[in-house]
Amino acid sequence: MSENANHALHVDMLRCDAFGYCAELLPEVVELDEWGYPIVAGAVTPERLADARRAVAACPKLALRLAR
Amino acid sequence: MSALATSAFPETRSRLLPPGGAGGYRTHLARHGALPHVRRRDPALLAAVEASGLTGRGGAAFPTATKLAAVAGRRRTTVVANGVEGEPASAKDKVLLAHNPHLVLDGLVVAARLVGARESTIAVAADAAAAARAVERAIAERPVRERPRLVLVPDRFVAGEESALVNAVSGRPAKPTGKRPFAAGTLVQNVETLAHLALVARYGAAWFRAAGTDSEPGTALATVGGAVEAPGVVELDLGTTLGDLFARCGGLVEPVDAVLVGGYFGRWLPFDPELELSNEALRAHGASLGARVIVAFPRSACGLAEVARVARYMARESAGQCGPCVFGLPALADALEAIVDGRDTDAALRRVPRLHAQIARRGACAHPDGTLAFVRSGLEVFAADIDRHRRGTCRAATRR
Amino acid sequence: MSNADWHLIRSTGVVSLVLLTLALTLGILTSNRGRLAGRPRFVTAAVHRSASLLSVVFVALHVATTLLDPYAAVSLLAVVLPGARAASPLWIALGALSLDLVAALVVTSLLRVRLGYRTWRATHWLAYLSWPLAFAHSVGMGSDTGSLWFRATALACLAAALAAAGSRLVLHRPGKRLEPQAVV
Repeated sequence: MSENANHALHVDMLRCDAFGYCAELLPEVVELDEWGYPIVAGAVTPERLADARRAVAACPKLALRLAR
Repeated sequence: MSALATSAFPETRSRLLPPGGAGGYRTHLARHGALPHVRRRDPALLAAVEASGLTGRGGAAFPTATKLAAVAGRRRTTVVANGVEGEPASAKDKVLLAHNPHLVLDGLVVAARLVGARESTIAVAADAAAAARAVERAIAERPVRERPRLVLVPDRFVAGEESALVNAVSGRPAKPTGKRPFAAGTLVQNVETLAHLALVARYGAAWFRAAGTDSEPGTALATVGGAVEAPGVVELDLGTTLGDLFARCGGLVEPVDAVLVGGYFGRWLPFDPELELSNEALRAHGASLGARVIVAFPRSACGLAEVARVARYMARESAGQCGPCVFGLPALADALEAIVDGRDTDAALRRVPRLHAQIARRGACAHPDGTLAFVRSGLEVFAADIDRHRRGTCRAATRR
Repeated sequence: MSNADWHLIRSTGVVSLVLLTLALTLGILTSNRGRLAGRPRFVTAAVHRSASLLSVVFVALHVATTLLDPYAAVSLLAVVLPGARAASPLWIALGALSLDLVAALVVTSLLRVRLGYRTWRATHWLAYLSWPLAFAHSVGMGSDTGSLWFRATALACLAAALAAAGSRLVLHRPGKRLEPQAVV
């Protein structure tokens, strides 16, 4: 899998329960709305990929997915 | 009583709603003849449906031939006829089922055979008594192998959404799943679409295209409400103008400045009698036909109050699965009610776009986005009323 | 030699109980969306994970020292299969059952992504069963219940577990409901 291009972070809103770990671990990519739910505002650049993977693994509801 | 309330009544076109009623099974067969034999993945029939240009009549206008072909390609398939009609302002499906259930059942048989489904189901809202009774009677008149399972579904707004409906007929809560059922081999088709399919199967594509426009052929049922003499369900040629439609309903009974096109997921527009009722013409105004709920909103009624009332309803009808919908829609309703009451109007007006940005495209189904479109267009069309409400007055004769 | 074994079994056992209690309370704190010393919330989950893994280490040591001690007279089978023949069969069995559950909790958590959320979540409820079993095993074995330090430790663990479980019932905010409520 080529790591040179940006990845996209997808949130499954059916699963998401506003724990907020993604915004804590990836503040450059994820912002929270006023109710605590994530808005993917930035791109997952190659430098942020490792942190993005950590965020995906950390989500208590497994609501995050990384795609090319 | 809300200006958007409608009830069932006269029909004026003969394809789906023959004048004098469609009668029982024998009358139906006498009028149309026996259903032609349909093979699984019947190429001639699929080609005819494609050529006819039939699109879904439930609101999304998805090309029917494409959906049929996609499902027919799966190994294990099933068909669900969607007669639930969760939209409160819409009555067309209930009227169709009450007056011409056999045509719908024909379409269900055709669809089931085309996709090779062993089981077929027809879903009706639990409180649509006349429709449910008519469907039950009609099923009993059919040959045994053409009898679908009838399921009564709780009357919630999202229950008519395809994936929610599949859940409901399987005994689960009627909540959307975020996935399209046809991808898993379940064909969900609005009952009106099935009725048209039954006619295309008998009379062909050219016949179907004799009505409507080139890009949007055929007829469609519409629920017309508001300040017309005879509100009700009307079968119209796609492309008919608003003025002609209202004329068919006995004309306007009082001055109308605004219309709602598309029901609770629809758009408010300034009333223009020349406006053509086709998705192509409506697109230029940022609107679409949707499930063809058209309301002639009288000048004497308070548009802002209506927008706020529907927004509160939509907030309560959330399936409760996605945060931005669960929390955002009530907050939006709060802001709208503040505007109606003239309370902190400026703060409420600032709140609306901030809420919009946090709600748009952040749900698993179309519920929040449909509501946003309804609200945004309402605030634009009734913008002049906002100041009146700020001052504590309203031009409407009745006001909540 | 046997005396050293005996001490090792008991001390690793007590440490295991303390760590399992810590893991339980941190897990409940995670569920309640709580913060440790004002740190970001993901830290709570991470420390819960670390405490759980550490408790596995000590449980493993506890089991190993038990197996190596001829006087304990516990077979490998008895360690994993509740009810297999051993001395003090009931309390060993409870320990064995607790071990099985803890193993299931940890393995399913490590494989969470592959198993899918629903399977993982359903299994994780077993935590509420594994702790009482571990506690009962600790107290039931009777080795140290005479001594004050053990009693104090056990009582502290019990208090912590009850307080945590109570807070789960009272404080738990499920997130999405149809009435609006502030989550952040």
